[in-house]
Amino acid sequence: MGLLSKKDAALLKDPLADNNPITIQVLGICSALAITAELEASIVMSVSVLFVLGLGNVVISLMRNIIPSKIRIIVQLIVVATLVIIVDLVLKAFAYELSKTLSVFVGLIITNCIIMGRFEAFALGNGPWRAFLDGIGNSVGYGVILIIVGFFRELLGAGTLLGHPVLGNPIPGELSGLYAYGYENNGFMLLSPMALIVVGIIIWIQRSRNTSLIEEN
Amino acid sequence: MEHLELFFKSIFIDNMVFATFLGMCSYLAVSKKVSTAVGLGAAVIFVLAVTVPLNWLLDQYILKEGALVWLDPAYGVDGANTMDLSFLSFIMFIATIATMVQLVEIVVEKFSPSLYNSLGIFLPLIAVNCAILGGSLFMQSREIPTLGLSLTYGVGSGIGWFLAILAIAAIREKIRYSSVPPALRGLGITFIITGLMAIGFMSFGGMLTGGDEAKKETPKVATQPENKTDKKEAIIKVIADNTNTNNQ
Repeated sequence: MGLLSKKDAALLKDPLADNNPITIQVLGICSALAITAELEASIVMSVSVLFVLGLGNVVISLMRNIIPSKIRIIVQLIVVATLVIIVDLVLKAFAYELSKTLSVFVGLIITNCIIMGRFEAFALGNGPWRAFLDGIGNSVGYGVILIIVGFFRELLGAGTLLGHPVLGNPIPGELSGLYAYGYENNGFMLLSPMALIVVGIIIWIQRSRNTSLIEEN
Repeated sequence: MEHLELFFKSIFIDNMVFATFLGMCSYLAVSKKVSTAVGLGAAVIFVLAVTVPLNWLLDQYILKEGALVWLDPAYGVDGANTMDLSFLSFIMFIATIATMVQLVEIVVEKFSPSLYNSLGIFLPLIAVNCAILGGSLFMQSREIPTLGLSLTYGVGSGIGWFLAILAIAAIREKIRYSSVPPALRGLGITFIITGLMAIGFMSFGGMLTGGDEAKKETPKVATQPENKTDKKEAIIKVIADNTNTNNQ
C-alpha cells in the first residue's frame, strides 16, 4: 500500500470485517435484504451504492464548511437524491429488466441509513480524499454481505448463479448433475424471510470467530 | 369495502417490515424497549398518514406523464399535457418528506408539548426512515387510484410497521432473560426472530383471496398466473411443482 498511509488503508479495510456496516454498525439493512434473492441484483445494488456513497461522500466533504448545520439533513438528502436519480436513469437505460426487479429499492438508496450515517459520521468532518476512501470501504463492506447473501439464496433456492444453472439440469426426464441424485431446490430460500435468517447466520459466524464483537443481550 | 381491503392488505400481507424490509434500521435500533418502540411506531403512523396523500397529490398533478394538463396554455409551456416528470419523483418525494417532518415537529412542539416529549426525539429520525419514502414509492408504483385510498394505504402501512416494532420489542424484552448463544446475542437473534415472524406473516397471504383485488394481481413467482391468485398459494405451488418434478 505505497499510495495509502496506514490510517487511510484502515479506512478501506475496517468496514470489510470488524466494522462492517451491515453486521456491526447495523446500517443499510433496509434495502439490503429485499433484493438479494438473485446474485445479479445484489451485485448491481452493491455497485449502485458504491457509486452513490463514494461520490456523495466527496461532495459532502467538499461542501462541509459551507453547509449550515441546521439544514444539513436536507442538503444531504438532496445530494443523495440527485446521485440516485443518475443511477436510476442509467439502470433504466442499460439494464431495464433489472431495474424492474429492483423496482423501488433503487429509490430507497436515498434513505439507506448507511449513506446518511457515513455523511454524518465521516464526510462532515474529513477531507475529500479520506471521505472517498471511507465511502469506498463502507460500500464494499456492504456489497460483500449482499453478495454473500445473494450467492447462497440463489444457489440454494434456484440452483443457479447469475441465471446460469450450476447444479445440473432440474427438468424431469433430462435430470443431470446433483438433481440426478435426488437433490431438490429449496424454494423457501427465495422467499423474503430467509434473507433475514441468512444475515443472522452470517452475524453468528462472524461473532463466533471474533469474540470481542459479542454484545450484551 | 375497497378501503377495508387495502387497509388490511397493507397491514398484514404487504407488511412494511416483514414483506419488504422497509425501515429495518430503526426497527433494529429502537426496539430494545417497548415504550420507545411505541413512540417511534406512533410517529411513523402519523408521518406516513401525512406524507403518502401529499405525495399522491404531487404525483398526480405534477410528476406523472400528462399530469400537467391542468396548466393553463397561457403560461406558454409547450406540450404540458404530455410532459413526464416522473424521473424527478425521488427528489420531490424526499424533499416533501423532509419538509413535512420538520413542519410536523414545529407544530407538535408548539401545540402539544406532552406529545412532543414522547414523539419529538423520533421525528428527525423519521426523515431518513426508509419506511416513509418506501410508502410513497410503493404508492406510486402500485398506482393507487384515489386520494382517500392513498390515505388508507399510508395509515395501514404505518399500523403494520407499528405492530412489527411492538412485537419485536416485546420479544426482545423477554429474551433478555433467556440464555442465547453468546455470538447470537443482540443483533443476531433479532434477525433470526424477525425472519421467523416474517414466515408467520406470510400466512396472512391467503386472507384476501376471495376479493376482486386479488384477481387483478399477478403473482411474482407463479408460472401460470391465470388461476393462482395470491403470492403464497403460488409459492406453495412452485414448491410442490419442484417436489413433483424431482420425484418423477
